[in-house]
Amino acid sequence: MIGRGRLYLYRFLFGLFLLVSWELSSGRFIDPFWISSPSRVFGYLWEVTSDGSIFAHLAITLYETFTGFFIGSLTGIGFGFLLARKEILAQVLDPFIVAFNGIPRIALAPIFIIWFGIGPNSKIILVVIVVFFLTFFNTYSGVKGVDIELKNILRIMGASERQILWKVTIPATVPWITTGLKLSVPYALVGAVVGEFIAASKGLGYLINYNTSLFSTTGAFGGILVLALIVVLCNEVIERTEAYLLRWRPREETRSQGELY
Amino acid sequence: MGLFQQPVGIVTPLLSVEGASKEFYSRGKKVLALDSASLSVHEGEFVTIVGPSGCGKSTLLNLIVGLLPLSSGRILFRDRAVNGINPEIGYITQKDNLLPWRTLAQNVEIALEIRGVEKSERREQAEELIERVGLKDFEDHYPHELSGGMRQRANIIRTLIYDPDLILMDEPFGPLDAQTRIVLQEQLLSLWTTTKKTIIFITHDLVEAIALADRVVVMTSRPGRVKRVAGVPIARPRDIYQIHQSQEFRSVYESLWKELKPEVKMAGE
Repeated sequence: MIGRGRLYLYRFLFGLFLLVSWELSSGRFIDPFWISSPSRVFGYLWEVTSDGSIFAHLAITLYETFTGFFIGSLTGIGFGFLLARKEILAQVLDPFIVAFNGIPRIALAPIFIIWFGIGPNSKIILVVIVVFFLTFFNTYSGVKGVDIELKNILRIMGASERQILWKVTIPATVPWITTGLKLSVPYALVGAVVGEFIAASKGLGYLINYNTSLFSTTGAFGGILVLALIVVLCNEVIERTEAYLLRWRPREETRSQGELY
Repeated sequence: MGLFQQPVGIVTPLLSVEGASKEFYSRGKKVLALDSASLSVHEGEFVTIVGPSGCGKSTLLNLIVGLLPLSSGRILFRDRAVNGINPEIGYITQKDNLLPWRTLAQNVEIALEIRGVEKSERREQAEELIERVGLKDFEDHYPHELSGGMRQRANIIRTLIYDPDLILMDEPFGPLDAQTRIVLQEQLLSLWTTTKKTIIFITHDLVEAIALADRVVVMTSRPGRVKRVAGVPIARPRDIYQIHQSQEFRSVYESLWKELKPEVKMAGE
């Protein structure tokens, strides 16, 4: 393990290395028409930030991503709990869930646009579908995997099924749910952006698509960079929440030496 | 049958197991795990059950607590037939089964929490027991931060805290090293002396069985049957560290080992 400060320093240096290599290759080895360059991209980002034109796109993409993420994860978690506790229902629905999950989400996007229009709603639905399955499968496996002995111990102590749900099943499933949520964030963003590629009048996906159609790689990379930044920030928030919720779990580096026997 | 060696008076036993049998189906074949076992346990008694592994000892406990239904026979607790899980009976398993997301104190408190006991009161009771078993400074530790012996102590006191009438213990010291075992045996005896609980304790260690018990039940190898029940005429309080050297201990040990040895051999074949 290395210290936190040094870790951030190394990360910063690696990021700098990537930008510098990009900057130096551009114009020397490769025509900036194809790959633009960091200075051009940051210049573009500065421009669209100072005139405020990017914020409308950013806002719409974030709105689609997060609305879809919340609806998708809540229904996914709820449905995961429901099916894990209703054996027969799960058996009946199993092939349908597998089939529905097997459909590439992108294939659904044009249909959703026909059904829900080119506004944000069609993208939200797409994000909901993407996030739903990721959180559903994780929650379902988590609830299924709860140690029966832990539940029996509480039953013997006189716990009701409701108490067992709150004191055993839910806490035991939290690690699975957070894994599902963590996986979902980048996919939620992909869902929204892909939806915007296909048909939209606003959003970062629309912006990237629009710039590409004008052969402006600078604008396209600018949009892509903003997307990447969003994913990193969201991931940081989720990892911190997870670390707090799962503070009872042995950390990797203490597991081997830390156990006192 | 020689099973009822307690003074048979007007006192009805706390628990009476009458011809209890249990069959399982394994790969389509019927396996008899427990064959008409009979046993009665009186209030305040410490009974140990020894037998080779796979002799149905744990099955017997699961039947008593009501986790498994009987195939035949009956089990009476306070003269009532066992039917489903009985919360008047505590069950201490070999695996500590502490909830990993709760601290030591929160684990010890859980049974009181289930019963709706107020937070300050249950914390007080938990702290008292935690102190008695020497875990005072570990209250806020999570299970993964505790040693095997500490976790097993926590497992025992979280059952004692809600004061069940009968406590079943399934090889609770099995996974521990020899020294930790002796310390925990001595703590268990001292807890038992002050609380006067009724305990049924399973072990495959004959020394442990004799050192702790009022009566020792020897079981046969599969299918498990009660082979012999013997009283242990060693005065209490006992010194668990020295007991092995006494003449009385040796004579009990020798006579029971004669019964147990062929079963152990048979189970090993």
